[in-house]
Amino acid sequence: MTGAWRKGAGALLTGLVPVVLALAFSTLTLLVMGASPLRAYGSMVFGAFGSTAKFTDTVMAWVPLALCAAGLLLTFTAGLWNIGIEGQIVVGAICTTWAARAWQEVLPRPVLLLALLLAGMAGGGLWGLLIGALKTYGKVHEIFVGLGLNFVAVATTNFLIFGPWRTPGRATMSGTALFERQAWLPTFPGQAVGPVELVLVAVSLAVVYALLRGTRWGLSLKAMGRNPTAAHWLGVPIHRYTLMAFAGCGLFGGLAGAVQTLGLFHRLIPAISSGYGYLAILVVMLSGYRAVGVAPVAFFFAAITKGSLQLPLELQLDSALGGVLQGVLVLFVLLFQGVRARRKRWAQGE
Amino acid sequence: MDLGFAVAIVASILADSSPLVIATVGETLTEKAGVINLSLDGTILLSAMTGFAVAYTTGSLWLGFAAAMAVGALVALVVAVASIELRLDQVAVGFVLTLLCTDLSSFLGNPFVRKPGPSVPHLPIPGLSQVPVVGPVFFDHNAVVYASFLVIGLAWWWMFRTRPGLVLQGVGERPAAAFARGADVRRLRYLYTVLGGALVGAAGAAYSLSVKLGWSYHHTYGIGWIALAIVIFGGWHPVRAAMGAYLFGTLNTLGSLLQGVIPGLPTQVFQATPFALMILVLLLVTSGALERALALFPTGAQRTLRRALRVSAPAALGTTFEQE
Repeated sequence: MTGAWRKGAGALLTGLVPVVLALAFSTLTLLVMGASPLRAYGSMVFGAFGSTAKFTDTVMAWVPLALCAAGLLLTFTAGLWNIGIEGQIVVGAICTTWAARAWQEVLPRPVLLLALLLAGMAGGGLWGLLIGALKTYGKVHEIFVGLGLNFVAVATTNFLIFGPWRTPGRATMSGTALFERQAWLPTFPGQAVGPVELVLVAVSLAVVYALLRGTRWGLSLKAMGRNPTAAHWLGVPIHRYTLMAFAGCGLFGGLAGAVQTLGLFHRLIPAISSGYGYLAILVVMLSGYRAVGVAPVAFFFAAITKGSLQLPLELQLDSALGGVLQGVLVLFVLLFQGVRARRKRWAQGE
Repeated sequence: MDLGFAVAIVASILADSSPLVIATVGETLTEKAGVINLSLDGTILLSAMTGFAVAYTTGSLWLGFAAAMAVGALVALVVAVASIELRLDQVAVGFVLTLLCTDLSSFLGNPFVRKPGPSVPHLPIPGLSQVPVVGPVFFDHNAVVYASFLVIGLAWWWMFRTRPGLVLQGVGERPAAAFARGADVRRLRYLYTVLGGALVGAAGAAYSLSVKLGWSYHHTYGIGWIALAIVIFGGWHPVRAAMGAYLFGTLNTLGSLLQGVIPGLPTQVFQATPFALMILVLLLVTSGALERALALFPTGAQRTLRRALRVSAPAALGTTFEQE
């Protein structure tokens, strides 16, 4: 009993060390900038939770983060790096916008919204599949393909916004024309957030959890992630699973893009992904690559991201401090895992 | 096109590519030792910011470059400790460092955005710069450009003409064998990772103080990934990597010339071309398409071409090695 208690306390302590170190690092950077750390952290907390509107903003950042993280669990489980998730969000948003422009005055609302969400998923899925195909058939490392395609996707967005989808007589940097009201996701009365987003996150995480935990498909994916050669000899078709993992992850990325356009901006804007794809990669790393931790960690990160937007308003600091805090936290957690594993190796006399 | 114009274009390509050359040679050295420093995009941003900020504040270009190199070496040291000491996934650590350094550069560099600052002075080499064609192409630049030429030559000489260079290749190919022959694999990996990082840091300062003057938000965004791809394209050979950087510079210049000639082409297309090109080139190199194309050549030429085109990663790249 006491042993288990001590073990738990020890785990908590070692879990806290990276957090303390990360805070120390960001405090140091604040001091370098001549800012008061307490005021900076205070304004971040206020920026994330200070009012109902700010809190719903945080929730609206949590939704795409959690959706992308759900998808990334598939590729990470298969041992694949899907840095292209950013592009999958963007292409999802492009496809949703295309569909909205085509159908918003034709279809009845429930059908329309469902179709728009599916259009986003299809776009993201195909963009993901492209990475998988270039990796399996072209043998190019998925990091380079994904990254390159991210830039292509963003350039395509800009091209569409400044070109074919331009609204005459309006500043183009602000994006395409707003969708018709009926193409907006419904919200709780007076709030920015609505029920559809919350249901989508819950279902996505549940689906991924079930897939990885309870199906043969998930087990094969895991085997492939642990040891592709062994998995191959056990009869797992590696190529097909690579394609499926990327396409599957792309579905969730595309869904996140659809939610960004339909639920938040109600149009296509140049920075539609808000960098949530890259951030979701950190979320999954910090969750220990497990579905259970994704929702709270994503919320924590969403709070940091939204909270840091308060810094330029109150203290004339750049909002990138949020990214610094997130990055350094994940870095220290990784390093600490390494230290613990090393100590274990030594204890075993290796 | 007259000769003077062509000479000016070539000279400007050599000058504009100098940071990329320094960065790719640096990363080639690191990867030759078996370590991947994936953080290049972030490292270049952070060191470009640091180099500019320090030179701006102190008025000394030397201090600017020294600080930038220190930043590059420090980030590389984190990669080295994580991979050599802690056996962590090098890609994971590198990716996190990329994001972290990018945001650090935005946060700390905020006060220096769009400030006019110092730049590396033009320094034609007396006598040599007067030689027709060769003079303006090679000897009418600033110190950074000459340094980039030197780095290529030095790296080639070190890797292929010295004993430590031979050991370096062994460390990346077969660390166990190199260790059995008396090489201190861990120490060498530290050394080359930090050295490569310092060069990448110098490349950052070369951007903010010589090629793309000053500092702005995400000043060199994306170029680090291009550098990593060029290392692969260069087949982990410093001269080939440098040629890759020059090829990239040439295509970029052609692109901007084209933009002037064909006004109808949207600028957005040009934002993405380097990256689309990156995928395409890697596809050519790794998919074996080039190998198959070789069959079209006469048998005699095939062998020479194959040797010139051969691309193989150091066998132990990205793996951990535990010496007992």
